[in-house]
Amino acid sequence: MGLSLSAALPSSAWGCNFPECTFPAPGTEIFFFDNVFSIGPFGFNKAMIQLFIGAIVVIGFFWFAFRKPKIVPRGAQNVGEVGYGFIRDGIARDVIGKGGERFVPLLFTFFFFIWVLNFMGIFPTLVFPVTSVFAIPVAFALIVYLTWVPLGIAKQGGWGFFKNIMFPPGLPKPLYIILAPIELISNILVRPFTHCVRLFANMFAGHLLIVTFTVAAWYLFSPTIIGLLGSAVSFVVVLALTAFELLIQALQAYIFTLLTAVYISGALHAEH
Amino acid sequence: MITVGTALAAAGGEGESPSVLAVPLDEFILGIVAFFIVFFALWKLVLPKIEQTLKDRTDAIEGGIERAAKAEAEAKAMMAQYKEQIANAHEEAANIRAKAEADAKVIVDQAKQQAEAERSAIAQRGEAQLAAERTQTVAALRQDVGGLAVDLAGRIVGETLSDDARARGVVDRFIADLEASSAGDNS
Repeated sequence: MGLSLSAALPSSAWGCNFPECTFPAPGTEIFFFDNVFSIGPFGFNKAMIQLFIGAIVVIGFFWFAFRKPKIVPRGAQNVGEVGYGFIRDGIARDVIGKGGERFVPLLFTFFFFIWVLNFMGIFPTLVFPVTSVFAIPVAFALIVYLTWVPLGIAKQGGWGFFKNIMFPPGLPKPLYIILAPIELISNILVRPFTHCVRLFANMFAGHLLIVTFTVAAWYLFSPTIIGLLGSAVSFVVVLALTAFELLIQALQAYIFTLLTAVYISGALHAEH
Repeated sequence: MITVGTALAAAGGEGESPSVLAVPLDEFILGIVAFFIVFFALWKLVLPKIEQTLKDRTDAIEGGIERAAKAEAEAKAMMAQYKEQIANAHEEAANIRAKAEADAKVIVDQAKQQAEAERSAIAQRGEAQLAAERTQTVAALRQDVGGLAVDLAGRIVGETLSDDARARGVVDRFIADLEASSAGDNS
């Protein structure tokens, strides 16, 4: 025992922290949960319960922060105002510009709701980002899609909307033969898909990595140099990934919101 | 359940567990419902409060600036008023001083005039008195001198010039001659 390599042997009691003594590489099954309860056709599993916890947290925080707003803000109100200023000035006014104020509620909701849902990926006891369930980003991206497309048609007219998308001005005429279909496909068909996959894939990959290294830290744990070292390294990687995820979560929420603003802006004023 | 992404995930099928790119309809609908709950709560309850708060703050700040500007204007007006008052006071003081000087001059002049008048009156009175005394003395002297002269002449001549009238005429003539000769000497 001790410094021997006995841990590496399958028969040893050490190094056998999982059934069958093999490394149970986490697969996609970690993204599926059994329903805890159902309401009619709606099954509520862990992810869906977290979804509504997230909704309550976002509403609760801002309601709490502004329950008694003061002229001189403190604590939660300060944080809330910074968040509001970030969305209104940093996204709505900067990206959409004139008329951007109207979309502050939409952008505000997207940013903070997605951030909280992402953040659950590293929140102790939950440790699962709701946005890594594909249905959720799809639902959000569809809401965005159904906002900017009708908006664009209303603002630019049915033909004008598609014309502005397909025929960006200032290019040699023959180029439009290639460009028009590409623009149409990329903007109308691919855009909502990339919009949701970007968010989903980031959170999915992040969660998979954290789970893999967490499992590895436990799998490698044994009273040998290799075991302790491997376990420690894996654990350090988990910590580093958690810190990294903290950044990615905020960034992806921001990117999703920013793209929403960009799409709305494009619908409001034909930018091409 | 509708599985939108099933086809896309077919290549990477994971054995028993369903595709991660599947989109179960119930989860999709719950996602939309959750979004709209948050959206309406924030839109209707929270954001108006935030906007109101920011607006109130802007008003408070602008009100403060306005009040400060007003106070400054008031202070300036008051300053101008004080300056004017001080200028007025200075002017008034100067006027009073000038008047006092003028008054003093008048008083001094008056006093001088009065003194001059008194001096001349005293001088006149003195002269008059002197003249009167002189006249009186001259008259008395003339009388005495006349008497003495007659007396003396009577004694010398030995004859009493008792006839007053005649004697007086002689004496007078004598004195007049004397005066005429002295006047002639003086000229």
